[in-house]
Amino acid sequence: MRLRANAVIGGTLIGLLATVSFTANFWTPYAPLRINLRARLRPPSDLYWLGTDEFGRDVISRLMAGAATSALVALMTVVAAVVLGVVIGVLAGFLRGWLDRVLMAINDTLLAFPGILLALGLMAVIGPNKWGIILALGLAYAPSVVRVVRGAVLSVREREYIEASRVIGNSEVYTMARHVLPNCVAPIVVLATSMFGWVVLAESALSFLGLGVPPPAPTWGNMLSAARPYLDQAPWLSIAPGLCIALTLLGINLLGDALRDRLDPRMVAA
Amino acid sequence: MLRYILHRLLMTVPTALLVALAVFVLLRLVPGDPAQLMLGDTATEETLAELRSQLGLDQSIPVQFMYWLGNVLVGDFGRSITNDLPVLPLILDRFRVSASIVLVAVLLATLVAVPAGMIAAWKQNSLGDLMIVAGATMLLSIPSFWLGLLMLLLFGVKLGWLPVVGYVSFAEDFGRALAYVVLPTATLTLIEIGVVTRMARAATIEVLRLEYITHARAKGVPEGRVLWRHALPNAFAPTWTLLGLILGNLLGGIAVIETVFTLPGLGRLLVDGIFARDYPVVQGCLLFIAIMYVLVNLLVDLLYPVFDPRVAAE
Amino acid sequence: MTPTRPSAVPAGPGPLLAVTDLSVTAGDRTVVDRVSFSLQPGEIMALVGESGSGKTMAARSVLDLLPPGVRRSGGRILFDGRDLSALPPSAMRALRGPGIGMVFQEPMVSLNPALTIGSQLAEGLELHRKLPKDEVRRLCRQMLDRVQITDPDRCLAAYPHEFSGGMRQRIMLAAVMLLQPKLLLADEPTTALDTLTQREVLDLMVELTRDNGTAVILITHNLGLVGRYASNAVVMERGRVVEAGSSRDILLRPQQPYTQTLVGALPRRGPARPVPPDARPIVSVRDLEVLFPGRKHLFRAGRPVHAVKGVSLDVRPGEVLAVVGGSGSGKTTLGRAILGLVPAKAGRIHFAGTDIAASDPAAMRRFRLACQLVFQDPYSSLDPRMRVGPIVAEPLRHAEGMDGKAKAVRVAEVLEEVGLAGFADRHPHALSGGQRQRVAIARALVRRPAFVVADEPVSALDMTIQQQVLSLLQRLQAQHGFACLFISHDLAAVAQIADRVAVMEHGLVVETGTRDEIFDRPQHPYTKALLEASPRIDDLAA
Repeated sequence: MRLRANAVIGGTLIGLLATVSFTANFWTPYAPLRINLRARLRPPSDLYWLGTDEFGRDVISRLMAGAATSALVALMTVVAAVVLGVVIGVLAGFLRGWLDRVLMAINDTLLAFPGILLALGLMAVIGPNKWGIILALGLAYAPSVVRVVRGAVLSVREREYIEASRVIGNSEVYTMARHVLPNCVAPIVVLATSMFGWVVLAESALSFLGLGVPPPAPTWGNMLSAARPYLDQAPWLSIAPGLCIALTLLGINLLGDALRDRLDPRMVAA
Repeated sequence: MLRYILHRLLMTVPTALLVALAVFVLLRLVPGDPAQLMLGDTATEETLAELRSQLGLDQSIPVQFMYWLGNVLVGDFGRSITNDLPVLPLILDRFRVSASIVLVAVLLATLVAVPAGMIAAWKQNSLGDLMIVAGATMLLSIPSFWLGLLMLLLFGVKLGWLPVVGYVSFAEDFGRALAYVVLPTATLTLIEIGVVTRMARAATIEVLRLEYITHARAKGVPEGRVLWRHALPNAFAPTWTLLGLILGNLLGGIAVIETVFTLPGLGRLLVDGIFARDYPVVQGCLLFIAIMYVLVNLLVDLLYPVFDPRVAAE
Repeated sequence: MTPTRPSAVPAGPGPLLAVTDLSVTAGDRTVVDRVSFSLQPGEIMALVGESGSGKTMAARSVLDLLPPGVRRSGGRILFDGRDLSALPPSAMRALRGPGIGMVFQEPMVSLNPALTIGSQLAEGLELHRKLPKDEVRRLCRQMLDRVQITDPDRCLAAYPHEFSGGMRQRIMLAAVMLLQPKLLLADEPTTALDTLTQREVLDLMVELTRDNGTAVILITHNLGLVGRYASNAVVMERGRVVEAGSSRDILLRPQQPYTQTLVGALPRRGPARPVPPDARPIVSVRDLEVLFPGRKHLFRAGRPVHAVKGVSLDVRPGEVLAVVGGSGSGKTTLGRAILGLVPAKAGRIHFAGTDIAASDPAAMRRFRLACQLVFQDPYSSLDPRMRVGPIVAEPLRHAEGMDGKAKAVRVAEVLEEVGLAGFADRHPHALSGGQRQRVAIARALVRRPAFVVADEPVSALDMTIQQQVLSLLQRLQAQHGFACLFISHDLAAVAQIADRVAVMEHGLVVETGTRDEIFDRPQHPYTKALLEASPRIDDLAA
């Protein structure tokens, strides 16, 4: 019952995000980058539903364009981290031995950096731009995928049906592809879902610090960053972008809970 | 038990070395010539060469690393390029600000969240559980910097109870210093309550299913004591591990909160260093935070057998 | 020695426990349906049934300790003259422990891992009896001594993980009996233990309860235990009581069809099959040794475990050779090592006369393709993502000279043989435990192997299902004539299926012989102890 509610609310929120992200390129009330100095810091009205910012740009248009950027960055980051993590994790879990130990030593070192700190360091090197964020966050979050995938591979390998496959006379590679990997999909899907949320949050935090997507291109994070000096004069600038981030994360968390319960009831919800 | 402690302590050495290596390599990846970056385009070839030899850049990379590592081990993190101050005292000074906020927040969050999570688990699927879970999930979904802005908006701008910008150290004026750190601490506390409550609830649900809980009840142990004495130590073990991760992540992500509340903390030092291309500071901050993270997790692991005696035996 | 108490209990002031029309529901499902039984003081009564019979829920209702979502929906429970259904929670709590105690099935999870044994033992006494500290300690030590724990003082300060399953179950028993309850609920207390330990723990339980005058409800699926320990028995099926009476009557003269099926499902020793005396062995094992390296630590490697210490045995074509032994005897490792799944440290294996050496991959492969393995746990031996048809068909990937059509015919044929025709499109999770084990057998037999290792193939199943699967295996073995290494701790099953028996203890075969030699004229003390501890109902008839 509660599970169904989780899935429905989460699905709706994420569906809304996806729709807005897809259509933002084709339709926004105003051009998101158009400056109109005569309409600076306007409060919400029927002309500007969520008001305008310090350059007179329409907030709702910028939020829609920001959604597209955030969703794209998050999606590509997750794909990058998962691909990288699955390749390394499977390699480590499959081959074991010294290669596994070397890979895991490197991986554990990277895990010794909090994800956002590693991303900060990488951004210092790469410089703030969209591809830089994807690279930095992808590298920062891949180690946790490696950990989960390797763990899943090692645990599935211990099941008796893997031994059964060997008794049948199947080769190790065939057993891996046919029996081990398909049974590792569930934890990877659950992790990827939560990771989408972490990345949205990390990306907006980086942008908030000025180390993310550079202005004038709008993202929720840099909109919040720009709003900080106008907290007094124009509070609506601080409320709307944050609400968008919060609703996205809420959607992901609810969806993640529903997925976890469905796919793998033994995984502890954290 | 002693072996476990020794083992865990010794495992930390290679990790710390690898962390140092990673930080070093990361900063070597910066495109271009560090000397050029530091001095700008107007520098003469002579001054550039001087700075290079001063920074040891004319040596081979492994030699540079050993040289740098040697300095770090004796507490010499280099000097800041922007103001020529030694980096380590700078970091330690800023770290006090960040650490006090983070520690207090995690402590407060744990005190609220663990009981909340346990009660939710105990009354699983009741209305109270539903409300606790919904509240925790919402807190979990709010970005810290946005919650900080909202707090500032409400308590600083609208109500005018607390200052919006600035910082006073505790040594200067305790009362005013408190006013500046209340909101950042409250913000972090609220955010972490979300994470810890969910973890505590999930862990307690796992534990309450086990037979030793039924065994305790079958001995006539009252419910309160079942929760407090039989479920808590076991349910707290996974939560305890999580606390180490949270502490580390908070230290890593403290920059955003310090930006919102204009606090002179470690995170701000790092971000300002990145903007100013002050690489000794960036390197120092990254290394310091990562080593803190390693140490916190070491501490967590060392205390873990208190909650789960099975670990020490392995 | 027969610890069974006389079934005629002297007429007292009335029953200790009287359960009338008890019903328990889980959601909208009735799991216990109008169940009634009663128990005299000091009596041992068995509550018998298969999984899903409701026996555990019926017993737990007495203590009002039902899992979340399960509740008592009707009936009366009278204990010691008091109506438990009308009792407020606090009075119920006061009754738990000194009035009614409970022993659980899984010794590994029924003691709290975070608390010392001492504090867990003392807890009940402190709560209910308000004794001074050193008196509590004295009683605890005395009780640990009583359950034959060596060095009680050390035990009091230790944590549960430092003890084996059998030891923990004794500690559990000590914790419960310390409060001298009038009634003890024992929920499958020894199912997780091996035969010898089971015997020790149950004998101890009977002794302790007799000395205290404690009545016992023994919840079990094992009819052998009923015969040995209980004076009366109540048989449950799908939430209802189908038959109740003295254990003797239930076991020897069952009246109801279900009880008859249950008793009939007990493995029986049939006439011995003739074995051609000069048959050349199909699989011949010589001096096989398996050494598991200890877990690697930073400074030292853990102690290696010598699981199999030089075992030699022959399996002849068409015969069933049973390997029996307690847990840790190395019997499972032996089976795995013969199939090459676990590397052997030393020894040789001959298959149909040729030496199977790792240096000859062609011979190794031929051997592999001629062998199969049936696993103990039907829940983890089938890939959950595959359907029954492909699971059974998979071994045919390596069958030479079979085209797709021939393979499909073979799969259908084998599924028919195991009684699963029409199940090819199902997923394993849609099958019962018995059906899954049939799938596993079909998968093992689809290539028509010459040699099958069956590792405890029925011990994870319910009694009636056990008999079905055992008979199926026996029938298919007779039909196809494969040689079989039947690994089991269950002597009753072995008696039914084996031609010859090898007894293992501590990695060594201590005795080998024909089935009747081993069962009727055991030589080795370990074999004798195993046979003595193994619960059989034949004893009752004697």
